[in-house]
Amino acid sequence: MPIISYREALNQAMREEMERDASIFVMGEEVGHYNGAYKVTQGLLQRFSERRVIDAPIAEMGFAGIGVGAAMVGLRPIIEFMTFNFSLVAIDQIVNNAAKIFQMSGGQFNIPIVFRGPGGPAVQVGSQHSQALESFYAHIPGLKVVMPSTAYDAKGLLKAAIRDDNPVICIEGETLYGTTGEVPTEDYIVPIGKGDIKREGKDITLVAWSKMVWTCLDAAKQLEAQGISCEVLDPRSLRPLDVELLVSSVRKTGRCVVVEVGWPMCGYGAEIAYQVQRHCMDALDAPVERVTSDDVPMPYAKNLEDRCSRSRET
Amino acid sequence: MVGVLMTTPESARVEPEAAQPDVETTVAELAPLYRQMLAIRRMEEACAKAYSQGKIGGFLHLIIGQEAVCVGAVAAIQRDDYVVATYREHGHAYAKGIAARPIMAELYGKKTGLVKGLGGSMHLFDKATNFLGGHGIVGGHVPIGAGAALASKYRGDGRVTLCFFGDGASTIGGFAEGLALAALWKLPLVLICENNRYSMGTPLYRSLAVEDVSLRALAHGMARDRFDGDDVVKVKRRIAEAVERARTTGEPTLVEIVTYRFRGHSMSDPGLYRTKDEVEEWKRRDPLHRSRDRLLTLGMAPAELEALEEDVRLEIEDSVRFAEESPAADSYLPYVIKE
Repeated sequence: MPIISYREALNQAMREEMERDASIFVMGEEVGHYNGAYKVTQGLLQRFSERRVIDAPIAEMGFAGIGVGAAMVGLRPIIEFMTFNFSLVAIDQIVNNAAKIFQMSGGQFNIPIVFRGPGGPAVQVGSQHSQALESFYAHIPGLKVVMPSTAYDAKGLLKAAIRDDNPVICIEGETLYGTTGEVPTEDYIVPIGKGDIKREGKDITLVAWSKMVWTCLDAAKQLEAQGISCEVLDPRSLRPLDVELLVSSVRKTGRCVVVEVGWPMCGYGAEIAYQVQRHCMDALDAPVERVTSDDVPMPYAKNLEDRCSRSRET
Repeated sequence: MVGVLMTTPESARVEPEAAQPDVETTVAELAPLYRQMLAIRRMEEACAKAYSQGKIGGFLHLIIGQEAVCVGAVAAIQRDDYVVATYREHGHAYAKGIAARPIMAELYGKKTGLVKGLGGSMHLFDKATNFLGGHGIVGGHVPIGAGAALASKYRGDGRVTLCFFGDGASTIGGFAEGLALAALWKLPLVLICENNRYSMGTPLYRSLAVEDVSLRALAHGMARDRFDGDDVVKVKRRIAEAVERARTTGEPTLVEIVTYRFRGHSMSDPGLYRTKDEVEEWKRRDPLHRSRDRLLTLGMAPAELEALEEDVRLEIEDSVRFAEESPAADSYLPYVIKE
């Protein structure tokens, strides 16, 4: 099986889907002539022309809303946010329009749109560029939220998102674009709402998505040396959440720690903890723990950033 | 003291024009437009009554006084063209061809409502007539209108989108970005500012540094137009010019139509920020009465006109009865995520 980068996997997903369906187009800042701020859309303009790879000026609310309008009448836009931090100026379009129009219209107008781009803190880019916003979007009925951790999942989830008839938020790991993994050449999707056991274990379930899957896999290796067997569960989709897989894993291990890069207050890990206590109360040997960043806007200085990001238990 | 008053300078204020002469028309053209305006007026009155009886809940924004704008503008497009509107959109929906029955039933929150009781007054949508809502966030729907227009350009389907909004939307980002992108990408869109001189309770001179909203087009090299909304035929003719531009050259136009709402912003607003004289002055320019007078001048037989009006009365009465007798809304789960 070919080994390709996470970035290339996402690129292949868009390219192959655009070959298959002429109603799909990509729109965003620097997606065309510049080949993408993170080069995820590399080469798409040359292949599909300016009609289907549309460079937008800096107007997230405008082009996100244009995507929603185009989706209402049957096109299938992929809207790239240069980073999800900038999605905050488009949140009215995502939350008030994309997520609600199917319901507000009594089921007449569904919105087949993908909002994608990198999220989560990178390295020393300061507070406005270091945010994990998945908890925001996972809160909203009418949206789906996916967060791939591997190249395989990136391609399969993005393809599933593009084929989905609903608005899907695809938050990519900003620091994962250069990571590599096996990706089959034949067509496949990763179904939205299906989690994945990234490592089997019997003593404890570590729940993590995106970049934190890799952190947990490292931790599992270290703990193995101490005789502790960790299961690493990657939900891959935060909305809908694969509760069944979560419950079966925790029922097996009896312990659960959720590891996320986001803030603790109302963070997504709180929902995981709720589901675990609701469905696994009698099987738990210990309270569910969360590891999050510190509850502050991300500082710039490297030592402070490390301190802020590192293993805060709540 | 310099700069204390945060209002429009005198030089940038625009007083409404005096009533203008009628645009040439015929009974055959005007009668159906008058019928639509009358039906909308009667529908809005029926809504107000039902609201005061507690049969309609939530917010209710009536369009009484502004009917010539939506009726005239929609008369200038084809059936499969798109319309996007605000939360004050019962008239636009009716003008686009949606029957009074499902509109009224929606306001009553019934299963037979246009959107099954899930949207209410502010969120009318209809796929059959390409009516794209019904939007409750001021200006947030302007990019949606631009998106529908982008889809038409993408497909080359020749359709035009009309996007209606109020003067109050002209200060929010959604309008600014929708306008900028429509101009940049040359989208077949007609942006129609229904300037009723108040954003809720705030008059133009306390909202805008320059009262003429259509001037915003200049910064984007976009075509613009500005006129009063008293004469439904004039609205139809002038919007038709913008529609023709969009259809043949693919270019957008920003059109500002000066109008007036006779009621408050919503049912909870008694409109105390306006003088009685001002409201009475505008009521003397009532586009509905003007069209009726015109029909008589053009030679429509009074008996024929009365028959038309009786027909409208029965239609709206029937819609109220339909709404009253319809079963309650019963389901929302199937419409959150499309399976």
